Amino acid sequence: MNAISHPHKNLRRVFVWELPVRYYHWLNALCILTLIGTGFIIGDPPAILTGREAYQNYWFGTTRFIHFLAAYVFLFNFAFRIYWGFVGNQFASWRNFIPTNKKFFSDMWMVMKTDIFMTKREEEKSIGHNRLAGAIYFLTFIAFGIQCLTGFGLYAAMSDWWLPNLFTWVAPLFGGDFMLRQIHHWAMWFFILFTVIHVYLVFYHDYVEGRGELSSMAGGWKFIEEEVFEENKKEEK
Amino acid sequence: MTTETLTKRPTYYEELRGKGYSRRDFMKYCTMMAAFMGLQQSGIAQIADAMKKTPRIPVIWLHFQECTCCSESFIRSSHPITADIVLDQISLDYTETLMAASGHQAEEAMQKTMKDHYGEYVLCVEGSVPMAGDGEYCCIGGRSAKQILEETAAGAKAILCWGSCACNGCVQAAKPNPTQATPIHKIIKGKPIVKVPGCPPIGEVMAGTLMHIITFGTLPELDGIGRPKAFYSKRIHDSCYRRPFYDAGMFVETFDDENAKKGYCLYKVGCKGPSTYNACGIMKWNAGVSYPIQSGHGCFGCTEEKFWDNGPIYARMPEAGGFGIEATADKIGMVALGVTAAGIAAHAVATNLRKKEIVDNLIEEGKESEKEL
Repeated sequence: MNAISHPHKNLRRVFVWELPVRYYHWLNALCILTLIGTGFIIGDPPAILTGREAYQNYWFGTTRFIHFLAAYVFLFNFAFRIYWGFVGNQFASWRNFIPTNKKFFSDMWMVMKTDIFMTKREEEKSIGHNRLAGAIYFLTFIAFGIQCLTGFGLYAAMSDWWLPNLFTWVAPLFGGDFMLRQIHHWAMWFFILFTVIHVYLVFYHDYVEGRGELSSMAGGWKFIEEEVFEENKKEEK
Repeated sequence: MTTETLTKRPTYYEELRGKGYSRRDFMKYCTMMAAFMGLQQSGIAQIADAMKKTPRIPVIWLHFQECTCCSESFIRSSHPITADIVLDQISLDYTETLMAASGHQAEEAMQKTMKDHYGEYVLCVEGSVPMAGDGEYCCIGGRSAKQILEETAAGAKAILCWGSCACNGCVQAAKPNPTQATPIHKIIKGKPIVKVPGCPPIGEVMAGTLMHIITFGTLPELDGIGRPKAFYSKRIHDSCYRRPFYDAGMFVETFDDENAKKGYCLYKVGCKGPSTYNACGIMKWNAGVSYPIQSGHGCFGCTEEKFWDNGPIYARMPEAGGFGIEATADKIGMVALGVTAAGIAAHAVATNLRKKEIVDNLIEEGKESEKEL
């Protein structure tokens, strides 16, 4: 157990998350929370008693407006992140998310053993996303895609703009708006469950690794043990 | 409906004048149809012109697995000329419900039309076709619906699918669909097909679609799933007179509450207007008298595919199959969330047991550094 035999570790500051990645992350988080909140209201509006006439109220319209606004931001933000996956640094690259070799899978299994089943007590070796996280993020990208397709597919009928009208083909594919609505609603639960697990695991990693996982998405830095740093350097070469 | 008149084929206008309609009536009718089809003003003259010049087109109207509500709707479309011109005057050479002939005579009339006007006649189909049991669930004159459809479709200029049965199978195609009721477009390939879904479709929509084909000789502009855009491009929701209540968040909670009496939005009691494409809100029914939402009942989405299987009529979220009667996506989601929370709690406890040494080490290291200061 390396970790135990070296009580004093030299840490190296590594710039992991670039500014655009951090902006993307927090904007995405804000959008997702907004979309979930407004989405619940739209799916099952609360019964609000009012003595006023319909023309004096517009809260449901406003809720929908916020949902659509957040959806546009979410879409553009998502598109930007895909772009950044090709131009960003090594930790932002698409290679972190899509398995391209066998080692990706064996590393994934290693993370499973270390962090989920905890049958191994070895130290974390990755610097950016660990392989399991990367693969899960790839699933979230697919979920993003599903929500964009179904959401804008539903929205297309309400808009004359060319952008949402790019999605008119989606409804016929699923046999109409009704199915789109259901998929859109079901997929939302993936986001809720993901968010809960994601936040927990960030705390977990910060706690057991002590490398500033939690603050890395604010400043962009992670503090990596010297020997892990050297090992990663060797692997790169 | 006699076959002799087919040989000469007078124009629509001649037929109408012969029936006793004045030119004024005729122009009124053309104006109305232009409005239904969503044409601009010059369209009126186009329709009038086409009806004067075009010899009437033979129509064969088949009935398979259906309830005839489409025919009922059609003969009640608001202008008398519609019924007259299409059912009486436009050689409706074969339709089980309305033709005078019966038995072998009727079958002969159909065969004759098919032969004499091969490649010219319009085929209207009401009802779905059962494919199970070699088609034995729907037989007419000793032949299965599938055989009849394939024969008549071969020489048709275009096929009009009336109602949800012909467009998506409707109730008989709902789970478990014992007869394998199949919509027309899945059986006939390579023919122009227009879908006019609804249970039934609005009479004026049927008339407008048919009139477009017979007057202009072309198909109307269609949407992604083959419905005429003029009638099916807007959601019921977008033309609903109760829409302001929706935007204001004023909803009927139960059918017997005060809100229902005040005519609030029916969204929460399961109205499918927001996911249904039709012209009900604009054209309404029975010559513009009313439509379901106006009568206080939510739309149940009869123009949409699989509307019988798409969950309850009086609730927004369908139950999730296999998870019990009361299980909706949200209820299952809540359970999943609870399981996740329990999993996280277990994992947190396990972390403090299994990773104790590592964590203790970190703490030790930190404390030592603190002491050195």
